[in-house]
Amino acid sequence: MPDYNWPEPDSAALVGKRISRVDGPAKVTGTAKYTYDVTRPGMLYAKVLRSPYAHCRIVSIDVSAAEKLPGVEAVYVVQGAGTEIHWQGDDIAAVAAVDEQTAEDAVQNIKVQYKQLAHLVQEEDLSKAGDRAKPAAEQVVGNPDEAFAAAEAVTVEGYYGTSVVTHCCLESHGFVAEWEGDTLTVYPSTQAVERLTGQFAEALKIPATNVHTMMQYVGGGFGSKFAVDRWGIAAAHLAKQTGKPVKLMLERAPEQMVAGNRPSVYAKVKIAAKPDGTLTAWESDSWSTGGMGGGGSPPMPYIWNFPHQRKRHTAVSINAGSARAWRAPNHPQGCYVTMCSIEDLAAKLKMDPLDLVLKNIALTGERSELYRQELLKAAELMEWKRRWHPRAQGSPGPVKQGLGLALHTWAGRGHAAECRITIHPDGYVEVSTCTQDIGTGTRTVIAIVAAETLGVPMEMVKLNIGDNHLPPGGSSGGSTTVGGVSSSTRRAAMDAREQLFARIASGLGTTAENLETVNGTVRVKNDPSKGFTWKQAAAKLGVNPVSAMGKNPDEAKGALTSSGVGGVQMADVSVDTETGVVRVNKMVAVQDCGLIVDMKTAESQVYGAMIMGIGYTLFEERVMDEITGRMLNPNMEFYKLAGLADTPEMVVHMWTDAEQQKRGVIGLGEPPTISPGAAIANAVANATGVRVPTLPLTPDKVLAALEKGGLA
Amino acid sequence: MADKRKDKAEETTKAGISRRKFLKGVGVGGGMLGSGVLSGSLLQDGHGAQAAATKVLGPGAVAIELNVNGKRWPLTLEPRVTLLEALRDHLELTGAKKVCDRASCGACTVILDGSPVYSCSVFAIEAQGKTIQTVESLADGDTLHPVQAAFVENDAQQCGFCTPGFVMATKALLDKYPNPTAEQMRLALGGNLCRCGTYVGIRQAVMQAAQNSPQNSHQNSKTRAPQAGRQSRAGGGHSNA
Ligand code: FES
Ligand code: FES
Repeated sequence: MPDYNWPEPDSAALVGKRISRVDGPAKVTGTAKYTYDVTRPGMLYAKVLRSPYAHCRIVSIDVSAAEKLPGVEAVYVVQGAGTEIHWQGDDIAAVAAVDEQTAEDAVQNIKVQYKQLAHLVQEEDLSKAGDRAKPAAEQVVGNPDEAFAAAEAVTVEGYYGTSVVTHCCLESHGFVAEWEGDTLTVYPSTQAVERLTGQFAEALKIPATNVHTMMQYVGGGFGSKFAVDRWGIAAAHLAKQTGKPVKLMLERAPEQMVAGNRPSVYAKVKIAAKPDGTLTAWESDSWSTGGMGGGGSPPMPYIWNFPHQRKRHTAVSINAGSARAWRAPNHPQGCYVTMCSIEDLAAKLKMDPLDLVLKNIALTGERSELYRQELLKAAELMEWKRRWHPRAQGSPGPVKQGLGLALHTWAGRGHAAECRITIHPDGYVEVSTCTQDIGTGTRTVIAIVAAETLGVPMEMVKLNIGDNHLPPGGSSGGSTTVGGVSSSTRRAAMDAREQLFARIASGLGTTAENLETVNGTVRVKNDPSKGFTWKQAAAKLGVNPVSAMGKNPDEAKGALTSSGVGGVQMADVSVDTETGVVRVNKMVAVQDCGLIVDMKTAESQVYGAMIMGIGYTLFEERVMDEITGRMLNPNMEFYKLAGLADTPEMVVHMWTDAEQQKRGVIGLGEPPTISPGAAIANAVANATGVRVPTLPLTPDKVLAALEKGGLA
Repeated sequence: MADKRKDKAEETTKAGISRRKFLKGVGVGGGMLGSGVLSGSLLQDGHGAQAAATKVLGPGAVAIELNVNGKRWPLTLEPRVTLLEALRDHLELTGAKKVCDRASCGACTVILDGSPVYSCSVFAIEAQGKTIQTVESLADGDTLHPVQAAFVENDAQQCGFCTPGFVMATKALLDKYPNPTAEQMRLALGGNLCRCGTYVGIRQAVMQAAQNSPQNSHQNSKTRAPQAGRQSRAGGGHSNA
C-alpha cells in the first residue's frame, strides 16, 4: 500500500504552483453554459407572482384570466387562499408560458385579494421589536463584575452594528425542470448538485432514483444556493402539468428580496483592560435578525478569549426574506463588533492597536504564535510602524488617512467526498465526482491533483462533475470542498497508479513497488532509463482500463486535510471629512490555509473576499421601508456592489511554511471575507478620531459621526 | 475618481436628459417603468425615440433583421423584446447575461457599431442596421482573442458570470484606446460589476492585453478624452459619492 500523503513542495510538478483555471477559456468565450443558459426543446418560461406585502393573508386567488391568455400553458398556485405570508416577495403563484413576456403578462393577470397584517421590518431599534424579540439565556465566564469594578480597570463602551446584506449572486437562483414519465431531470443553479436530489424527491414524493440533477456552471452562490426552494418545486410542478421543460429563474428584485441575505448584528459592548493594555473583561448586549427565523448569534468576543465575560443575545424576527449562510456565517459580524471595541480601547489607552493585540495574543489560544507572526508580516507589508499615527493625528487638511487591522479564523476541514479515477488504455485519465465549481477553482484543483499524482499533463485529465449520477462529491459550503475533493482525488489517483504499476511492472522486468510516475513517464525508480512513456504504459492495459475509487475521510489512507485556518488583514483608508466619502487605498492580507494546491486561484479567493468585504463595509445594505414593509433597493443601482474603481492596491501573502504543508489541504473561500469590515472601519476611526458605529460606512453616517465626535 | 464619475453622471446626452436628473425624477423605489425605454433611447442618442415617434411598431411581433457577428439574421419579435433577449432566446448566443436588467451591471455588454452597450436596455428593433458583436465572435476557433487570453492568464474570472461582459467592455476600450491610462480603464469598466471580486485580475488583464494588442504602439496620439469612450453607458457604475 502506498504512503498516502501530499508531495513535498520541491518535488511537486503542479501542486502549489500558479496554474490558470482549467475552465477559464470556457468562461471568457461565453461557451460556459450556466443553468440560466440552458435551453431544452419546447422549453417554457416561468414567472412568479410574489407577495407585495411584508405580512398578509391571502383571502382569495383567481388565476382564470391568466390561464386564458394565449401562450400560457399552466398556472401553479404555490400558496393559496388562507395562507399567511410573512415577507414581501414570497411566492404565491407561478406561470409557464411560451416566452418570458407572455409569462409576465400572465402574472399581471392573476387576481389576488390580500388582507394586510401588521409588520415589523426593522430591527436596529430594539425597543420597537416587542414580542418579536427573543432573548437567549445570559452567558457568563469568570467574574465580569469584579473585573469591571477593579480600581485599575480602564473601560470603554461602544455601539457597533452591521446591516443585513444580500448575496446578490449575479446568476439569480433558478432551475430548468423536465420530466420523462415519472423521472425528473433538473438543471439547478446550486452549490449542492447532489443534495438537491433528496430535496426534490421528498417534495414531489418520487423515489430519489427518479431525480437526475445536472449543472456545469453556477454564477455565484456565496452560501445562498443549497436548497430546492419553493420556486424549484413550482418549476417541477409546471413542467409536470405541461409535459414540457420549464425554466424558472428569479428576476433581480426577488433575488434581492427572498433568495438570501446575511443577518445583521447590533451590539452594545463594554470592555476593560489593565492600564498596560492587558484585556480583562467583556460585556455585550447584542441583537440581530435573519428574517422570520431571527438570525444567527455571532461568536463574541470573536477570537479573543477574555478571562471574564457576560453576554446577552436577542434574536429579532422580522417580516423580510430569510437569512441564508453568507460566506463565513456569523464570523464577519462577530469580528466587526469585537475588533472595533478593541480598537476603541487601544485609542483610549493611547496605544497602537498592533501593540495591544500583540500584547494579548495569548488570548487567541492555540493559534496565537501563528497570529503573532502573521501580524508582524502584515505590519511589514503595510509599513504599519512607520505609517501608523494616533487617532486623528494624521495629515492636516480635510482628507484624513488612517490604518486599521483585524484577525479572523475558520475551520474548513475537507468534507466527505468520493471520486472515481479511470486510466484509459489511450492514456486519458477520467476523474468523476459529483462536486461543483462555484468559481473557487474546484475543477482546477481536482485536475492538478490527478495530474500531479499520475505524472501526466493536465490536458490528459478529463473531469466529470456536476451530475448526481457520479460518485457523491459533497456540497460546496463551509470552505470544505477543496479539502474533500482534493483528498478523495489524491487517494483515488494513488490507488489507480498502484493498479497500473501492478499490471505493467513485469513488462519492465520489475515489481510494482519499484515504479514511479514522473513527467509523463512510468519508470523504474533506481534505473530511470528503464521505463515507458505514459501513453505506452497505458497501452499495456489492453482493453481493460484501470479504475479506482477514493474517498474522504479515509482513516486508513492518511490525513490529507485538517481544520483551522486564520489570517490578519490591514486597511489603509482616506476619509474626506467634508463629503464623508471613504476610500480604501490599500489592503494587506496574510492568510494561512494549510497546503495550497493552486496558488493562482487561492490568491484570487483572497482578493475576491476582500473586495466583497469592501462592498459590505462601504456600500451594501438592505434598505427596508418601515411604513410599507418593502425593500427599497431590490436592484443593483441602489444595492451597491464594489466596482473596479473601489478596488485598492491589494497585497496578498499566503502563509506557506513547512508547518502548513504538513497540515494538508484546508478551505479558503470564506475566511478572508471576515476581517475587512473591522479592518476598514478601524482605519476610518484611526483617520477621523471618531467611531462610525454601523456598516455600511456611508457618507451620511461618516458626517454624522464627525458631527457628534467622541469614541463611539 | 468619485468626482470623475459625478461629471459623467451629470453629462447631458444628446437626448437632453442626464442620468442623474432621470434618476432623480424616478426616485428610489419609485416605479422604474420606462427605464428600459428611456435608457434605450439614451443609448441611441435619441434616434430610437425619434424612430418610435414616426413609425409605430407592434404590439404584435414584427419582422426584423439583426447583423450579429458578421451574419444577418431575420427574426420575428415583439417590439418589446430587448437586444439581449433576442440574442439569448432567439439566436442562442448566451454569452451575454441578464443580471440587473436595467443598465447597472454590464453583464449584458455587447458592442454595437463599435461602442459597448447594455443589451438589456436596447430594444432589438433599435439595433437594426447596426453591427452587433458578441463575446462569441472574439476567439478564432481554439485561439483566444488577446483580451480573453489575458483574462485567463490573470485569473480575471471566478464564477465567470460577469466575465463575457467584462471581456466585451475591455475589447471596446482597447479598440478605442490601445494603451489606456488607469483612469480610462476605470471609466470604461466602471459600468460592469463582479460579485466574486475579480477586479485585481481584471486590472492586470486589461493592461496585459493592451501590451499584447497589435495596434498599441503607434496609436497613442489618437487617444481622446476618456468621456468619449463610454457615453452610451454613462453612470452605469457607482461610487458612494
Ligand atoms: S443586465 Fe444589462 S446592465 Fe445589468
Ligand atoms: S466572476 Fe463571479 S461575478 Fe464576476
